[in-house]
Amino acid sequence: MNLVEFKNVSRSYQMGSVTVAALQDVTLSIPKGAFTALVGPSGSGKTTALNLIGCLDKPSQGEVLVAGQSTGGMNRKQGADFRGEKLGFVFQDFNLLPVLTVFENIEYPLLMIRDMPKNLRRPLVEKVLAAVSMENQADKYPAQLSGGQKQRVAIARALVGNPLLVLADEPTANLDGATAKTVVELMKQMRDEFGTTFVFSTHDPRIMDQAELTFHILDGRLMDGPAGAKEVDHV
Amino acid sequence: MFKVLRLAIKNLLRYKRRTLLTGLLIVVGVVAVIVFSGLSGSFKQAIVGQITDSVLSHLQVHRKGYLASIDNLPLDRMMPPKAFEKLETILSGAEGIAAYSPRIKFGAMLSNYTQTTNVRLNGIDPAKEQKTVPLLASRVKDAAHDDVLLKPGEVLLPEILAKGMDLKTGDTVVLVANNKEGSVNGMTFKVAGIVESLMGPGGRDGYLHIDDSVALLRMETPEISEVAIRVKNFGNLKTVAGKLNDLVAPLTNKQGGPMFEVHTWEQLTPFYNIIRMIDVMTLGIRIILIAVVLISVLNVMMMSVYERVREIGTLAAMGTRPGRIMALFVAEGICLGLAGAIIGSLIGAGILWIMNLTGVDVAFGSNNQIFTLSPTIAPAEVALTCIIVLGVSILASLQPAAKAAGLEPVEALRHV
Ligand SMILES: Nc1ncnc2c1ncn2[C@@H]1O[C@H](COP(=O)(O)OP(=O)(O)OP(=O)(O)O)[C@@H](O)[C@H]1O
Ligand SMILES: [Mg+2]
Repeated sequence: MNLVEFKNVSRSYQMGSVTVAALQDVTLSIPKGAFTALVGPSGSGKTTALNLIGCLDKPSQGEVLVAGQSTGGMNRKQGADFRGEKLGFVFQDFNLLPVLTVFENIEYPLLMIRDMPKNLRRPLVEKVLAAVSMENQADKYPAQLSGGQKQRVAIARALVGNPLLVLADEPTANLDGATAKTVVELMKQMRDEFGTTFVFSTHDPRIMDQAELTFHILDGRLMDGPAGAKEVDHV
Repeated sequence: MFKVLRLAIKNLLRYKRRTLLTGLLIVVGVVAVIVFSGLSGSFKQAIVGQITDSVLSHLQVHRKGYLASIDNLPLDRMMPPKAFEKLETILSGAEGIAAYSPRIKFGAMLSNYTQTTNVRLNGIDPAKEQKTVPLLASRVKDAAHDDVLLKPGEVLLPEILAKGMDLKTGDTVVLVANNKEGSVNGMTFKVAGIVESLMGPGGRDGYLHIDDSVALLRMETPEISEVAIRVKNFGNLKTVAGKLNDLVAPLTNKQGGPMFEVHTWEQLTPFYNIIRMIDVMTLGIRIILIAVVLISVLNVMMMSVYERVREIGTLAAMGTRPGRIMALFVAEGICLGLAGAIIGSLIGAGILWIMNLTGVDVAFGSNNQIFTLSPTIAPAEVALTCIIVLGVSILASLQPAAKAAGLEPVEALRHV
């Protein structure tokens, strides 16, 4: 079963009198459990595509289905609830809350989005903390961590609610090569451990090699043929 | 909700200096309101207490039409004995009245055998007067008696006249008065004390025994100028006055008009306007406080939303509901306002407490009478101030919070 489906999706922005087509007629599907990369140069439309998958944006034309649900008809609150329930996000700049400790940052989705009681939250947080090997840093604040450590915490935060799908927009762009590699490896390991589908964007060739399914985007269009979708070899 | 407050406090503490500064502004405003309210309240109380407890009393009843020309102390608008009897019956039956005292007010010439001057006098029953205006005794200097204000044949002279004419307790003076028909009579009196002056009507009057007044004015039957009344509970004054009014209203004179008029102290002294002014000033300070809180909280919250746009985008993207984001920012406003209100109240109450220990002297009136204030503030007033600050803080944070909740996550995340 495909977790994500794009059916002839276009997304365009109106800039005054000019219409910018960020995505044009994209049709793709991402199966459950796939470790997926969206690859393309700057301005190609990777972020636009991720935003559409993440219910943060709606297509101008076509339909986006996530977990079988069409995102076009959701209102703000439904979108928020859907994201809080089924999706996890990892950002390029980590976007951890500076006033919260590592533990509290990871706990945030359970506490403030799912309103889970404390006795249920703690084991879940401890589990993902251990999974990203950050259990010894639980009481530190983001400012005391390295970039790689921050991104580990962010991955743990994305995973703590056991989402179907984690979306990561250029998760390694602010990390050095070696750290970037370990972060991607960690994501893959998490996919193996929790069965979570990952979709990330990148233009780093070393990172995209890790993907099992790669979509190449150029000028808002999906490239087909050999450069298009590489087949899944791991489900 | 507790978790929202906790996160709000953490976010407030992120910008310590800014939060401290804004909090300080609120604290200063609250302290100003509480100290001013405490001071003005006790000042009001001191003035009102002095005026009502040593001169006017709480309520006065006159024959209809007397008050309009009270400055002339007219002898032809007095209550005839029959009318006074009826009034006494009513007063002894009315509820909430602690004491009353009939007065004969008239103007006379005061002579020390070398000089002569005009004096306004009150003929009183010393025992009744003392019950009705208990602070009068405290205004009498060099009193001849400890237990009684004065005895028949004695007079209490106003300070300014006594000074000017070089009169002391024990001296003999002559009082000369015209009666209603215009005939003149004079009698000698012994000075039994000097009455300190007080601002306002009646504050520079002399006193003598009511029987002496009847004799001096050669009244065939004693006529009364006014009946001063003290109520049991000052807070109930309006109700007691209203009831008394209802009781005297059916009594009519020969022409069919009302026989009596009832006035509260507020209608009898121009100082009521000063007291009203103080109330207006207190209100003004409250409005300034509201403006200070509104502007400073609004400013701090707007800055805080602007600086955290990306963070808000992150929270929203992760699935935080717009209502929760709104609550987070309103909670910041609440915490700021609440902290300012509580700290301000404590400091304000502390300042009042210290003032209370030391006492605050205020000179007031044309002869700079000294009032020692012991400022206090009702807990309800402190609570009201806190509620106002809290309410205004919520109001001020609503708009920035709504803005935060309304941010589109995609736009917010793109924000640099
Ligand atoms: N909100 C917007 N308003 C107008 N144009 C936009 C908006 N968002 C994206 N675009 C345009 O759409 C196109 C695709 O942008 P997008 O951000 O998806 O690219 P990207 O592949 O993520 O690039 P990068 O690698 O630089 O992040 C670009 O030409 C961009 O200028
Ligand atoms: Mg991008």
